[in-house]
Amino acid sequence: MSTNSVSIETTINGEKTSIDVTATERLLDVLRYRLGLTGSKEGCGEGECGACTVYLDGQPVNSCLIPAYQVRGRVVETIESIAPEQLGAFVASGATQCGACSPGVVMTAQWIVKHPHLLQSHGLRELMAGNLCRCTGYDGIIDALTETLAANGSAEEPVSGQDR
Amino acid sequence: MTILLPGTLTDAYRMLSDDPDVTPVAGGTDLFAHWPENRVKQSTTYLDLSGLAELRSMRWTKSELVLGALTTYWDVVTDARVAAEFPNLVTAARQVGAVQIQARGTWAGNIVNASPAADGVPVLLAYDATVRLGSRDGVEDIPLDEFYLDYKKMRRRPDQLVTEIRIPRRTYQRAWFEKVGPRKSQAITKVGVAVTVAGETWRIAANSVAPTVCRCPALERYCAAVAGAKGQPLTSPSDLLPAIRSDVSPIDDIRSTAEYREQVLARILFHALNDAGV
Ligand SMILES: Cc1cc2nc3c(=O)[nH]c(=O)nc-3n(C[C@H](O)[C@H](O)[C@H](O)COP(=O)(O)OP(=O)(O)OC[C@H]3O[C@@H](n4cnc5c(N)ncnc54)[C@H](O)[C@@H]3O)c2cc1C
Ligand code: FES
Repeated sequence: MSTNSVSIETTINGEKTSIDVTATERLLDVLRYRLGLTGSKEGCGEGECGACTVYLDGQPVNSCLIPAYQVRGRVVETIESIAPEQLGAFVASGATQCGACSPGVVMTAQWIVKHPHLLQSHGLRELMAGNLCRCTGYDGIIDALTETLAANGSAEEPVSGQDR
Repeated sequence: MTILLPGTLTDAYRMLSDDPDVTPVAGGTDLFAHWPENRVKQSTTYLDLSGLAELRSMRWTKSELVLGALTTYWDVVTDARVAAEFPNLVTAARQVGAVQIQARGTWAGNIVNASPAADGVPVLLAYDATVRLGSRDGVEDIPLDEFYLDYKKMRRRPDQLVTEIRIPRRTYQRAWFEKVGPRKSQAITKVGVAVTVAGETWRIAANSVAPTVCRCPALERYCAAVAGAKGQPLTSPSDLLPAIRSDVSPIDDIRSTAEYREQVLARILFHALNDAGV
């Protein structure tokens, strides 16, 4: 077996980081097991559940599907970069129960909060469709998001309220 | 397992021609979805395309929309000009996975992964897209319609990369794409169909109903004839079944049955044609 490693520079949660990664390591592995950023969870390991959602250059992505060498020169943000005080509505609305999906749910939700113009073309449930939750039935999550958007003065009427 | 990180397209071509066993990586959403099993294939060498600026751009010429090989679904979803001129691209892109997948998955990866269920391929086929392949020996343009030879077999040599997908700009009177799956997002298509109409020319392409995503020439002729009032007017979805059966060869599998796929394809087309006043 020959596995070469490459040295990459990347920015993680605002800090420039230099790290050697092998061809087999996924971004999720590097975050959790090399950098101790264990907030991002592995649910399915195949891009379905969204528990591993982080931002890559500001865009939500599944860190379980990203080979670590691909984040060289790029900006990664994890759930650890989100300030707890931003989550009031999620606590109040019962947007979490077992908590396994919550880091990913919060990442996608906060991305929507930061980009409310997305709601001119997309419904909340479409944007949240890559984050599976087996406890809440989603209503708590959608309520929390709707409330947060309203509090920010960006409560555009969702385009379609249908489940996805 | 080895990883190669070319800095330029020329480097990438050289690496590919030096070793015919290299697997290119774009967004990784197909390659890494089964990582625990794939990780065991220790002999694989991967070639990372993500650093190649030459493959990144999406651009317009007078006669074409050109998608660089690294163009993602999300690049298309967020582009108002694409939505206006090629609405099927946006409709299909929004139904691929969910936003996390759309941000990473590329159109070129969808083509080369060659799944019969690929959702990007039928819409590209119905827009008459061409695949540009590049290698150390130069470039070659292959109409997407002639790209697939059989299940997961295609006209791409191991030393070739898809560099661009080129879509001719035409005035379309109609374009629609319908995907049927167990849910709207994160779903593998049971049956899907893309249709475009430009003047009297119909293009119909379907996914998940044959070993490869495919054009449906009998359906195209049939619909064009009905629309031009040269054929019998449509009275029920089953009128479309003979043409469907000559174009596609669906199978029973874990996701659906052959019969369901044929019937649903007939109904989708029947209702879409009715809505369009055909
Ligand atoms: C959760 C999930 C949901 C999904 N949902 C859908 C869906 O709804 N519809 C759908 O169609 N697909 C879906 N997919 C599959 C996948 O996202 C798409 O096929 C995507 O377009 C693949 O692109 P990529 O860039 O990620 O490919 P990669 O995984 O990087 O590569 C795929 C294949 O293409 C080759 N390749 C990539 N780029 C090039 C190039 N430029 N030249 C030569 N070879 C190349 C690679 O070697 C590999 O064989 C889903 C995947 C996941 C994990
Ligand atoms: S662990 Fe990455 S999507 Fe489920």
